[in-house]
Amino acid sequence: MIIKNTISSFVTAWKGLALTLKHFLAAGKKRQTLDVKKDNYFAEQEGIVTVQYPKEKIPIPEVGRYQLHVEIDDCIVCDLCAKICPVDCIEIESIKGTGPLGQTSDGTVKRLHAAKFDIDMAKCLYCGLCTVVCPTECITMTNQYDRTVTNVAELTYKFSDMTPEEAEEKRQELAKQQAEKQAAKEAAMKAKKGE
Amino acid sequence: MAQISELNFFVTYILVAILLFSFTALFALFAVYAERKVSAFIQDRLGPMETGKFGSLQTLADILKMLQKEFIIPRAADKVLFVVAPVIIFISVYMGFASLPWAPDLIPSKINLGVFYVFAIVSVESVGILMAGWGSNNKYSLLGALRSVAQVVSYEIPAGIAIISAVMISQSLDLQEVSRLQGILTDQTTKFFGFWDVTKVGGIFAWNIFQAPHLIIAYVIYFIASLAECNRAPFDIPEAESELVSGFHTEYTGIRFAFVFLGEYSMMFLVGMFGVLLFLGGWNTPLPNIGSVTLADWTTGTAWGIIWIVAKVLLVVFVQMWIRWTLPRLRVDQLMDLCWKVLTPLAFLCMLISGVWRLLVM
Repeated sequence: MIIKNTISSFVTAWKGLALTLKHFLAAGKKRQTLDVKKDNYFAEQEGIVTVQYPKEKIPIPEVGRYQLHVEIDDCIVCDLCAKICPVDCIEIESIKGTGPLGQTSDGTVKRLHAAKFDIDMAKCLYCGLCTVVCPTECITMTNQYDRTVTNVAELTYKFSDMTPEEAEEKRQELAKQQAEKQAAKEAAMKAKKGE
Repeated sequence: MAQISELNFFVTYILVAILLFSFTALFALFAVYAERKVSAFIQDRLGPMETGKFGSLQTLADILKMLQKEFIIPRAADKVLFVVAPVIIFISVYMGFASLPWAPDLIPSKINLGVFYVFAIVSVESVGILMAGWGSNNKYSLLGALRSVAQVVSYEIPAGIAIISAVMISQSLDLQEVSRLQGILTDQTTKFFGFWDVTKVGGIFAWNIFQAPHLIIAYVIYFIASLAECNRAPFDIPEAESELVSGFHTEYTGIRFAFVFLGEYSMMFLVGMFGVLLFLGGWNTPLPNIGSVTLADWTTGTAWGIIWIVAKVLLVVFVQMWIRWTLPRLRVDQLMDLCWKVLTPLAFLCMLISGVWRLLVM
């Protein structure tokens, strides 16, 4: 009994030791294929599997859900992305333009200024709903997934290209235009009454 | 004149002590790095890679960090025991090196009770471990220390009897003498497996495990017991990180922790070297004389002796690491079962065969 046990324990111990030794001796090799989509990815079973991250990177899928980017020139400030966002991480402040402001690259007419277009990437849950609803496809997910900051406020990305002064100017222009319209309306009303 | 020679005598002693200390410290640095790399390679990882080329300065950086750390003594700890314990753990291992020979004429202290001395002084380590565990006043530390002492004391019996069976073949407790009898420098007739006269051939055939084949079993017993004595896996229940945080040294920080670690890794080298000296030919070359190609004669000498013994011990240390990263931990009852029901009777059998072998074959 004891002899049988001893022999079987040595045999099983050797099985384990042989396995670990095989891995130890294969440490000179390294998995060459980093892309899991490649056919020979699972064929390479030997050697080190560590990917030394900042120096080597695993290829990422083309349509992965990573950090957001807004092409502000294409944005019509429709606010759809902010409305659909489940965690409310997009904050938009719009100012009506005094007239058409030009066209986006797909020909849509822009009528609103984006005084503020902030996305808090610390809140974002990377669901990608905003990119789906965007009518001009100006909000997209990029392939950037590695971002480290020392101050959490730096994770609030500001995409608006307007300075506060410009925004203030546009606001006053709008107010002036509206005041003029109001005055014109009142004048028209008066004229109507006077008839 | 007499005063100068007396002074020289002390200077030599201090120099030898410093040399041995630097060796153990360097070895610990190297062994921790090696342990990390071996474990990493076995698990298909890379291990430390950032500090220095291939992470080679990692352990140096670790020790520099530890040197700067604060000494923390828990409020409820027994301060004296807590502070003294790491020193006792390290010193007991370090003093073991005093009577281990490195080459044909190179031994820090040639004493005719070498085997007994090493075996005795290394046992003091368990006192240090118990002091650390008790002094920390922490349940994990105490449990770890209790387990450690129970394990070390139990495993000293099969280890000791396996050692005695080797000593019976050599008929000497002087480690230098034991090593000398396992190579071409011997003045006795050496026989491979008891029938082939290899006195002039030397090499691997003259090692103790081949002079008397049952010593192979004795060496395996000694090796298993030595793993338990230096609290290494699969006998690492005193540390058992999944159960006891890290056992008896849970509460230690900074340089005290470093000393416990240093003691542990020096212990690996010490038990490895002790086994090599008693069973695997000590500083003798593994290459035999073959006719006119006298490989054994060419590769025997002071420098060769150091090379051979270090190479052999490093191989044993590698096997210790390899086993650690392969076999799972034994349960406490399995541990005691193995020691008392398997290893001890087997060691006694080896001792008996040694006596018969010495009387009838040699």
